[in-house]
Amino acid sequence: MESQHEIKMWTPTTIILLLIMASGAAILIYRLMAGLGAVTNLNDRFPWGIWIGLDVLGGVAMAAGGFLIAGAVYILNMKKYKPIVRAAILNAFFGYLLAATAITLDGGLPWRIWHPIVMWQIHSVMWVVAIHVVLYTSTLATESSPMFFEKLKMEKAAKFIHKIIVPVVLFGVLLSILHQSSLGAVFLIVPGKLSSFWYSTKIPVFFLASAVMMGLSMVSFETILSVRAFKHTPDMGILSGLARGTLIAIFIYFMMKLWLLAKGPGLSAPFNGTMEANMYLLEMSIGVIIPLLLLLIKSMRENINSIFLVNILVISGVLLNRVNVSIFGVYRQASARGDSYFPSWMEIVVTLAFISIAIFGFKVAAKYLRVFPETEKMIR
Amino acid sequence: MSRRFRGADMTTANNKSVLVDLTRCIGCRGCQIACKEWNERSVKKTRMYGNFTNPPELNSECYTHIRYVEQENNGVPVWSFVKDQCLHCKNPACASACPVGALKKTPEGPVTYNFSRCIGCRYCMMACPFYIPKYEWEKAVPWVRKCTFCADRIKAGLVPACVKVCPANTMLYGQYDEVLKEANKRITDSPGKYVNHIYGKDEAGGTSWLYVSGVPFEALGFNMNVPAAELPKLTWAYISEIPAVIGVVLAAGAISWAITRRNKNMGKEE
Repeated sequence: MESQHEIKMWTPTTIILLLIMASGAAILIYRLMAGLGAVTNLNDRFPWGIWIGLDVLGGVAMAAGGFLIAGAVYILNMKKYKPIVRAAILNAFFGYLLAATAITLDGGLPWRIWHPIVMWQIHSVMWVVAIHVVLYTSTLATESSPMFFEKLKMEKAAKFIHKIIVPVVLFGVLLSILHQSSLGAVFLIVPGKLSSFWYSTKIPVFFLASAVMMGLSMVSFETILSVRAFKHTPDMGILSGLARGTLIAIFIYFMMKLWLLAKGPGLSAPFNGTMEANMYLLEMSIGVIIPLLLLLIKSMRENINSIFLVNILVISGVLLNRVNVSIFGVYRQASARGDSYFPSWMEIVVTLAFISIAIFGFKVAAKYLRVFPETEKMIR
Repeated sequence: MSRRFRGADMTTANNKSVLVDLTRCIGCRGCQIACKEWNERSVKKTRMYGNFTNPPELNSECYTHIRYVEQENNGVPVWSFVKDQCLHCKNPACASACPVGALKKTPEGPVTYNFSRCIGCRYCMMACPFYIPKYEWEKAVPWVRKCTFCADRIKAGLVPACVKVCPANTMLYGQYDEVLKEANKRITDSPGKYVNHIYGKDEAGGTSWLYVSGVPFEALGFNMNVPAAELPKLTWAYISEIPAVIGVVLAAGAISWAITRRNKNMGKEE
């Protein structure tokens, strides 16, 4: 455990993170007292803003690494990735807790967030989403519990979880596939509102495929960050493996996007100069085309700096995709009578606060829990 | 689709509908006032902005309003008056989207809202192809608000407040099939007077409120981007696949686990 004490708790970064978190908390308390209109720029034509687009849709996609790495290690027995499995699961757990908090506070009546659990509506995608959040967050809690049990010296409980880990992970993989795709399915009901750049009856598959890209990049991104924080020698086998996985996922996603473009607005449509076309071009360039071109070069897949760059591009691109689907893609129809939406500064601060909680939470976990047990062994 | 969710049966004797004949509306806004009184709505402050439509958009305090559309015909200004309110779809996107069953299509026709279930997710607002549900953004305990089709009055055997008060006989209230028949009759009887389109007959799979007009609907600001299909079918196509996905993922997962475990054990023996 000695090696982990290298993590210094009270750095200037930590203090800034805590200040942002405190501001976010203050805004959310004000939001509960004064209503959504007092803190957000949401309106009747734009009922969903960046709290849904970035915090919920983006946050859940960022958590996809948890089921991918857990599935690879425990079901496909890819031992190579064992050193990062705990970190991936813990990150997914944080991601889901934050997304669940965000959707609760974005709701008009947060104290009723439990209603879907008792008021079943099997024909509502939102109900399907709600049930998956509950089930998968519980599954992630189970998957990450051994770390906490170890800390509390509850060896028996940790052993028990280890015994049932395979079915638990399989259940998690199933729930993730359903949850990532159902977030896309939310938009199946808006064919007249969502631009044909993004609308498709196959949008659930698009959400799932892009979540896979995002999840692998996210895991790689966090691995590199922790390598730098701990000053370890990076395990290039893991990073190159993740880069290869990302390459395959991006290639499949790119083909799907081309198919949709040809079938829908047409292959030349991205260059027609409209706002939707420009947002689509931006999303595809940073999230798909540039990373694809970079990853096709073998030396790029084996260099930690270029992998890090690709990770940032893919993460930004998929986040932009979620914002495009939930805000820019529906903008033209929603603004037909002159309404508009741009997030208020308070919406932005709350979003930054959620990101700060994730970074801070992971830092605390890395300091006090055995998140990287294999790396510790290597150091000893 | 699940049985409980195929949309309302519009052919039953007590299924009510309204035909709005825009050629008859005189723009008096009596319906707007009657609606406000019956539904105990307050007002929101508005400003002059060069058009008589007031408030400019429906909002949480205003379930129906008259829109004043000014056009030119051979250099002569022409007014058209359009009554906006919830169209009460046969198979409403909002009700299918609601995760807690707060919105429901009743057998009498109205799509009603039950606040005690609502969680405020606003997916109904996103799902509605007509941008009808409105939110009480300024309140700490907000409701979704929209036209109720005076469900309480209909239950009591009364006519909706806006229909009751209209002095120009713009609205015809009655059983859906008969109202639709009358709409067709008006168009065939005087083809020069009406455009050949009943708005709401096919839009979003059909709505309980229907419109006929002398001016093309697109020129009156009607949303022409609404698919003719029942929108809930689009999401049901996904949801109904979930059991199959569960089966495939669990089977594939179990098989790959068994194979990789065997490989691992063989590796140990070697």
